[in-house]
Amino acid sequence: MAATDTPTHAVVRVQGVHKQYETDAGPQPVLQDVSLSVTQGEFVALMGPSGSGKTTLMNILGCLDTPTAGRYWLDGQDTTALDSDRLARLRNRFIGFVFQGFNLLARVSLLDNVALPLLYAGVGRAQRRARAAQLLKRVGLERYADYMPNQISGGQQQRVAIARALANTPKLLLADEPTGNLDSHTGRDIMVLFGELNREAQLTVILVTHEQDIARFANRLVNFIDGRIAYDGPTQEYVPHSELAHT
Amino acid sequence: MIFSLLREALRAMASNRMRTFLTMLGLVIGVGAVVLMLAIGQGAQTLVKQAIESLGSNLFIVFPGSSSAGGVRSGSGGASTLTVFDAQAIAELPSVAGAAPLYSGSAQVVYAGANWNTRITGVTPSYFEVRGWRVEQGYALADGDVRAMARIAMLGQTVVRQLFGDESPVGKTIRIKNAPYTVVGTLAAKGQSYDGNDQDDTVLVPLTTAQRKLFGASFPDSVRYILVQTHSDAVMESAERSMTALLRERHRLPPGTEPDFMIRNLSAAADVQAQTTEVMSIMLGAVASISLVVGGIGIMNIMLVSVTERTREIGIRMAVGARRTDVLLQFLLEALVVSVLGCLIGVVLGVGCAYLVAQTAGTVVVVTLTSVLLAFLVAAAVGVFFGFYPARKASLLKPIEALRYQ
Repeated sequence: MAATDTPTHAVVRVQGVHKQYETDAGPQPVLQDVSLSVTQGEFVALMGPSGSGKTTLMNILGCLDTPTAGRYWLDGQDTTALDSDRLARLRNRFIGFVFQGFNLLARVSLLDNVALPLLYAGVGRAQRRARAAQLLKRVGLERYADYMPNQISGGQQQRVAIARALANTPKLLLADEPTGNLDSHTGRDIMVLFGELNREAQLTVILVTHEQDIARFANRLVNFIDGRIAYDGPTQEYVPHSELAHT
Repeated sequence: MIFSLLREALRAMASNRMRTFLTMLGLVIGVGAVVLMLAIGQGAQTLVKQAIESLGSNLFIVFPGSSSAGGVRSGSGGASTLTVFDAQAIAELPSVAGAAPLYSGSAQVVYAGANWNTRITGVTPSYFEVRGWRVEQGYALADGDVRAMARIAMLGQTVVRQLFGDESPVGKTIRIKNAPYTVVGTLAAKGQSYDGNDQDDTVLVPLTTAQRKLFGASFPDSVRYILVQTHSDAVMESAERSMTALLRERHRLPPGTEPDFMIRNLSAAADVQAQTTEVMSIMLGAVASISLVVGGIGIMNIMLVSVTERTREIGIRMAVGARRTDVLLQFLLEALVVSVLGCLIGVVLGVGCAYLVAQTAGTVVVVTLTSVLLAFLVAAAVGVFFGFYPARKASLLKPIEALRYQ
């Protein structure tokens, strides 16, 4: 029954998702009745002020967190009832993460950082290194393969993180404030790279940001206010509240 | 996969050498202590075993009882109730392999300018079999020498050293109580007895010579004691019973009276000694094992700190697809590698210290493969046991919380 409701071309399908955190002051709702569908090849920006629930949704989409209620299909597969091993496998094969703080392993070479998802996919060492070298080349850092993360700039580290996210040719690239720790020029370069990946490989990209300039790189914008979706449509047609106030 | 995880573990260890070293230290000391203590214990056991073997196996010693003259009683061995014929009769018993009658005393032995006070023992040829004592040079005294009351002597190695130095004593003449004796042979070195006497500090002469010429026994055929060897350990008890019965009959003792002889089981006394050293060596091992456990707790401590310190790393690994088992295995492997390396260093340290102890204290230490393997296996088990809890803790982290951890 549910299968007929689930179009297979939707990489991400979220239906009636609620999320609340238990705090000392009682349950704190973060997401309320969120439904969202993203088809393959879309480039979506999740926007909203801090505390609006965009990062929480991102974590649920990334199978790092589970919703309190509601269901989530990743590439047609219902993730609601999966155990931690299955979720780990989904993260490994279907999802690539890019974080605000890069999250590279500090004492590990760039090449081995990029190869890390391949390790958990059970790929042999020689193949891992070959694939990682290829990915480093794609992000223009092939010369730095043996460097440690602290020997390169922030922008370069984020490129390495993107290369790592692409290791297992995922269906979905999730980026949480990927330019948050970078200057605007470097941030723009990173966004250009996301755009390229989205167009070239029909890679679905979902990006969390609070910057209007960054969101403009996406085709579609989803705006969150107080745990609910306030706007979901083309980026060009979105009018922020601050600008509304001026008209 | 396992090899990749092992590589990860090695890399994690290499990237924080100080922490790795501190983790290992406990086990290094623990394993070192176990190996060293077992070596010392084994060494003591070996010494005792050698001493017991030098005594001869399955031995009884039969003493005469005490004598009483005017109300004053002598100690055991004071009476002259045992004779050469008792020894001959005992030797006929089916469970007995041999019986050696002895007559001994102390005397000054002189050769050229040197003299030496030593124990002179009159023996029969059966003595060499019962004691398992070999002849080093020359030949052993024979039945004919005993019958002839020959003035010949055989020297223990200590006496040879004291009187002759590097000179060969065979064929030379020594003087005992001012009478000349020809040295016909020397005895192989036996070392210390289990109760600490130098067994090589001795001179052997024919039994009859000692009885009649050297010490003037009160009865011509009386002996100081008889050494009896049985065929095997199993017949010791029955041999003791039949000897008692035989001697009571020969000495015509009415039933119910005190015997005029005493039988001591030498092997039993030696066994007690062996058991004592065994207990000592077990105790040494047990005390050292405690340090092994403490070392294991050290591993757990540092691993727990390490898990907390690397929470973010664990989060990253989980985000890119590490399963709980992968994380568990990685930390378990780290604990195992640390333990195994610590063990190897500990074994080397323990063996090194054992030889150092052997050199400086001059005792015997024995490092056996079993003790090394034992320490090794126990330490590896300790590593896994104490590494499991931190590893499990790491694997149970929620990815989202681990990633957020600062």
